[in-house]
Amino acid sequence: MTDNRAHHGTATGQVLSIRITVNGHVQDVLIEPYLTLIEFIRDRLGLTGTKKSCDMQVCGACTVLLNGRPVSACTMLAFEARNAALLTIEGVAQGEALHPIQEAFIEHGGLQCGFCTPGMILAAKALLEENPAPTEEEIKHYMRGNLCRCTGYKRILESIMVAARRLTQTHEPGTLET
Amino acid sequence: MLPPFALEEPTSVHEASALLARYGETARLYAGGTELLLAMKEGLLRYERLINIKLIPELAGVALADGALYVGAITTHRRLERSAVVRAHFPTLAEMAAHVANVRVREVGTLAGNLCFAEPHADPGTLLLVYDASVALARQGGTCTLALEQFFVGPFEVALADDEILTAIRVPALPAHTAAAYLKYGLLERPSVGVAVAVTAQFGQVQEVRVAVGCVGPTPRRLRDVEAQLSQKELPEVRARLDAAGALAGSAADAVTDLHGSAQYKAYLVGVLLRRAFERAYQQTMGGDAGDAARGEGKT
Repeated sequence: MTDNRAHHGTATGQVLSIRITVNGHVQDVLIEPYLTLIEFIRDRLGLTGTKKSCDMQVCGACTVLLNGRPVSACTMLAFEARNAALLTIEGVAQGEALHPIQEAFIEHGGLQCGFCTPGMILAAKALLEENPAPTEEEIKHYMRGNLCRCTGYKRILESIMVAARRLTQTHEPGTLET
Repeated sequence: MLPPFALEEPTSVHEASALLARYGETARLYAGGTELLLAMKEGLLRYERLINIKLIPELAGVALADGALYVGAITTHRRLERSAVVRAHFPTLAEMAAHVANVRVREVGTLAGNLCFAEPHADPGTLLLVYDASVALARQGGTCTLALEQFFVGPFEVALADDEILTAIRVPALPAHTAAAYLKYGLLERPSVGVAVAVTAQFGQVQEVRVAVGCVGPTPRRLRDVEAQLSQKELPEVRARLDAAGALAGSAADAVTDLHGSAQYKAYLVGVLLRRAFERAYQQTMGGDAGDAARGEGKT
């Protein structure tokens, strides 16, 4: 078991030992307190599906889920994932089987260049777990912090609507994985 | 990349205050980090230590007591937005919280942190002023309460001693037959203009109008001269005075010219939003004795 609190130390030498569940796999890792979550994900774990773009919590490209909640990995400290379940885009599909949200984005053209897509998929996943049958307005409100420069959003909106319908048809409430 | 710093994780307010006293300006309290980490990444702020206050149990929680809402310092915007208690008893506050930045910021950013950082382009302070909100402050020597109006000193500046911690925000319920509304407008990521109004009215008689304006000037502020123009009047007279009151509010708001627009433009928008917010709040007073409304306009 890892410590729940930071070790006291000097500004340069402090290292934190944390336990984190990354896409379903428990890991014990050593990190500096100033390491950001996106540095941890991309540079230490090698999971480059999480994209860095604005670096100021505006664009949503780096959206990942911590215990199911959407956060900007760019402006979150990695130690905040302590004892938490981290979900990145790499953990959304079940093996070769894409998640219904991913399938809907492909079928309905919810992406073009694809740079915003990991963040879009994860934000949509958090939305649909919280609100399985959102209205168009609710989707727009929830997704307004995820920017796309290609699609004009209409097809993203359609993709999420379709995914919502499929998920509510195929899953019993409460059985969605987080 | 963030410059290196150490992390302190106190589990009591007393311990946190002691750390602040010990490390002085080389340390800073940290909760959501949504403002602080951005400034640190830009090199605008630099600290040797961040003091994470999220492990302090006494700073957690949202509760209704003695006719007021108590919001613990580590309460996120998202928690306020989704809290059944807040939605039922302070619907305008919940609605305002639901329109802060984006959902990721709201998931980690705290109301207290927003107030303490005192970035002028923010929503919560303006609305809380018409509720006559206050802040509970604590340090090793004791605790005190300060009206939110006195807490805001200037841009990025609040009335906190070096070793002092904002522990909770107290939001009194609005009086009977009163409703609040908060409207904002902006084209950038942060709001350019925010106007909050609380209207007490019954049978076409407007007893009291509280007005606060934010984003346009150095701090959010109550506009008591404007309030005096609109209070204790029949509804038609209040409506007839709204244009003049809006112009007065625009000049009293102390608008500054910046990337969000010219001072003149912002002053004009204050008047527009004042009129709309008044009507919105007034309509709510007709529908019950404790309703309210907040809505974002434009992109923000």
